[in-house]
Amino acid sequence: MARISLKNLKKSYGQTHVIKGVDIEIEDGEFCVFVGPSGCGKSTLLRMIAGLEDISSGSLVIGEREVNDLPPAQRGVAMVFQSYAIFPHMTVRENVAFGLTISGASKEEKDAKVAEAARILQMEHLLDRRPSQLSGGQRQRVAIGRAIVRKPQVFLFDEPLSNLDAALRMDMRMEIGKLHNQLGATMVYVTHDQVEAMTLADKIVVLKDGQVMQIGAPMDLYHDPANLFVAGFLGAPSMNFLKVKVHGVNGGKVLVSNGALDPVEVSGKRALFKVGDEAILGLRPQYLSVAQGAGKLHGAVALTERLGAETVVEIALKDGNPLIAALSHDAVFDIGAQMNLDFDPDRAHLFPNEPGAGSVNKH
Amino acid sequence: MAMIAADNRGLRLVTRYAVLVLIAIIFVFPLVFMLMSSLKPDQQLLQDSGNLRAFLPVGDISLQNYTDAFQRAPVATFVFNSVLVTGVTVALSLLLCSAAGFAFVFVRWRGRDTLLALLLATLILPFETIAIPLLMMVANLPWVGMEGLTWGWLNSYRVQIIPFIADGLTVFLFVQYFKDLPGELIEAARVEGASWWQIYRKIVMPLSGPIFATAAILKFLVMYNQYLWPLMVTQEEGYRPVMVGLQYFFQLNVAWGEVMAYLSMITVPVLAFYLYLQKAFIASIASTGVKG
Repeated sequence: MARISLKNLKKSYGQTHVIKGVDIEIEDGEFCVFVGPSGCGKSTLLRMIAGLEDISSGSLVIGEREVNDLPPAQRGVAMVFQSYAIFPHMTVRENVAFGLTISGASKEEKDAKVAEAARILQMEHLLDRRPSQLSGGQRQRVAIGRAIVRKPQVFLFDEPLSNLDAALRMDMRMEIGKLHNQLGATMVYVTHDQVEAMTLADKIVVLKDGQVMQIGAPMDLYHDPANLFVAGFLGAPSMNFLKVKVHGVNGGKVLVSNGALDPVEVSGKRALFKVGDEAILGLRPQYLSVAQGAGKLHGAVALTERLGAETVVEIALKDGNPLIAALSHDAVFDIGAQMNLDFDPDRAHLFPNEPGAGSVNKH
Repeated sequence: MAMIAADNRGLRLVTRYAVLVLIAIIFVFPLVFMLMSSLKPDQQLLQDSGNLRAFLPVGDISLQNYTDAFQRAPVATFVFNSVLVTGVTVALSLLLCSAAGFAFVFVRWRGRDTLLALLLATLILPFETIAIPLLMMVANLPWVGMEGLTWGWLNSYRVQIIPFIADGLTVFLFVQYFKDLPGELIEAARVEGASWWQIYRKIVMPLSGPIFATAAILKFLVMYNQYLWPLMVTQEEGYRPVMVGLQYFFQLNVAWGEVMAYLSMITVPVLAFYLYLQKAFIASIASTGVKG
């Protein structure tokens, strides 16, 4: 078991900088998820840890050793690939035992370890089959089996569930969670699926354009996103962003409003706001509710989606901007009906209106 | 309507087969002619050659031409030389060219793309253009053998083998095929601790049956049909291959029956081998579904 430390890690292809100085500490036994939109560099970062991509500069430590220049085999890592990468010409048994065969293990040792891995992954009955005779989920088990049989210090998963259908993905997600509890190994997991990130991770690293946007526990990131990108990336439906004007600053509290929002005092800890500033108010759809009284936000119903347990309503605000509310019950609304909404100001997030803030990359 | 459609289909099928049979006949008849002629005395052979009897085993049939061919030329030596040179070259070529292809596709090293481009550029050079420079080169190369250090490779097996082991086309075939293998398989093997040699031997080779078969067939044909080069570098008949051996039958008076007998002996086994290899080739494609 081992901790992983990435210090100012960089990767460039000629003049193209893919990873722009990343610092991450992953504790021993931790389940760390790299999440971000396509092209954010998360897979490259994982491949750098695996040793499949060279490190341009910075330091990568696994356990106590700096492994920058070590080949993959000497880093004590095992990797599960998106396409499973199981060898088509070998049986499941040979696939799972491949690493042991390479390291010259005896037949008895191989048999014992393969049997144990097969038991953990419930695939004893598949051992003599060929990969072509397996379903997607079974192939994924074989790939995981090949990883666990060597008892590596670190497991690396590169979008392992993205080739599976939705139902199987949920099953395998839970299995990977269980596997982590069972093995207690350090795991690094790359995904673009925020549900996988939120459910599996002890620690989430949100990446964008080769830079770390925020690192933290899933609920910390959800409840306290450090910037607009993280706020918009985590949570479904995505957080609403309203452009507001600052009318007063009182200690940590900031009074804001706009054409559709009555003046409301929210926490303004993320920047020094001044009266007259423009800012972005972030409101999660789940924390909006239909107002009993006058409410704080005013608009008209534009579209409703009834999902049974919740109702997602798109509202055209008085100032013309759209707003999504996820109401936690089944409700019927007439299109065009006036609607007043309320929210808890403590659950609102105020962000400075930086250049480009409007183009939050939603996923 | 259905009847007409069925008739049309039947007619199309008949037409298609008729055309295919015609093409097959055009290709097969020279072979039949060779085999039949090898069984006939020269006089009858020449008489028959103007009519259909040329393709039929009729008249004075015997294996006399084969016996005579063996007397006229050291057929066994030629066949042995060809089989040796071809076999060794094909085996070494598959090993070396596939290893080169592996290095070009899977291993990252400085100058890789440039070297591959240079190698591919050699494809446009016909062998005839380099035959003379190559001859001058091999005539002066050193060799350490049983007799110690000697100079010049002429009149040997090695002069027929070594220059043909590596060639751009075979490397190119392997490069193209290896590029289509899923890269993640190689990466998975690397993470599992396999060395380059182990990856080549245990992952790439077993998944590349079709291309090994293709390269083997192509190389075999080239090597077995060698004529110009062995003619240039082997003056002693002890080292000459079958194609050069054909010269023995074109002296003052050509014995056509013996020519045909000799040709039958050197082509029919190759054809049989080729048909067998074709089966193996198809089987190897069927068994290595890379997609799994």
